[in-house]
Amino acid sequence: MEGRRHWFLKGLKDGVPIMLGYFAVSIALGISARNAGMTATQATLASALIMASAGQYIGFTLIAAGAGYLEVMLMEAIANARYLLMSASLSQKLDSKTPFIHRLLVGLWITDEIFGVSVSVQGKLNPFYNYGMAAVATPGWALGTLTGVVLGNVLPVRVVSALSVGLYGMFISLFVPPARRNRIIAALVLLSFALSYAFNTLPWFDGISSGVKIIILTVAISLGAAVLFPVRKEGGHAA
Amino acid sequence: MQRNVYLYILGMWLVSYLIRVLPLTLIRREITNVTVRSFLYYVPYVTLAVMTFPAILSATQSTVSAALALAAGLVAAWFGGSLFQVSVLCCAVVFVAEFFV
Repeated sequence: MEGRRHWFLKGLKDGVPIMLGYFAVSIALGISARNAGMTATQATLASALIMASAGQYIGFTLIAAGAGYLEVMLMEAIANARYLLMSASLSQKLDSKTPFIHRLLVGLWITDEIFGVSVSVQGKLNPFYNYGMAAVATPGWALGTLTGVVLGNVLPVRVVSALSVGLYGMFISLFVPPARRNRIIAALVLLSFALSYAFNTLPWFDGISSGVKIIILTVAISLGAAVLFPVRKEGGHAA
Repeated sequence: MQRNVYLYILGMWLVSYLIRVLPLTLIRREITNVTVRSFLYYVPYVTLAVMTFPAILSATQSTVSAALALAAGLVAAWFGGSLFQVSVLCCAVVFVAEFFV
């Protein structure tokens, strides 16, 4: 575990762009928290702890809808299922001699961006790199959320409308680059768009909540793809 | 029944943390089942795409501004736009478009 200081400082530096992006994006999340009736304290605490854009967004939406605790937890698991793979991937990236406490700590801050950057280092991963990135990225995410809750009340409708699309911009930036590199992923994205559109417009599916629709579509499409187009090589995954 | 928001947050945190930490602590060897690995590989892209569309179309005041933001975001991300750039661009497109629609 030599070079702790070096890797922590490098993490701080590489975490700055993540922090800036998180700050802007989580303003929209704060607005959704406010719309869900959450206070600034609750929303900021949720962001500081959970650090998951889609997961929090779905959680806030379900809280606003008065969903049960278990339903919210189930959706949180589905929305964050991708972290299972990232965590599995990082488990291979840490040296097998890394003390157990570091596996517990690295798990706290697995986000799309921190994962993407940390999994790309040469050789084994020093956990202090992740801690450095988390030390700047977490405040960015939490303070952006706070800003969204507080300013969401005084911002003009037009500004709120514009900021509300920011989260979707982030999602787009996460699935488009892999789709460009991989035709199967590109086809899956288009298929997901089409089926999601059908599920949300056809009257037959009116009785299903939007959260359950996401579960059904994600599991069905991903499973179909896994059977038809199994991935045999490691390293195809990007955050 | 009045529900406690802090309990929701605690539940969401607990589930998120377990998902993030269990593979890290339990899996020491590489996953070998190709179907499981492939399924987990595809999940993020599919779930992000499903969550984006058509939900983005109703996120703003007008469907037209949202559709323009979607198109701009797709193009910007295709040509290498970062998370930050794509996100800000989408916001800017909606902001400008809603002056006209």
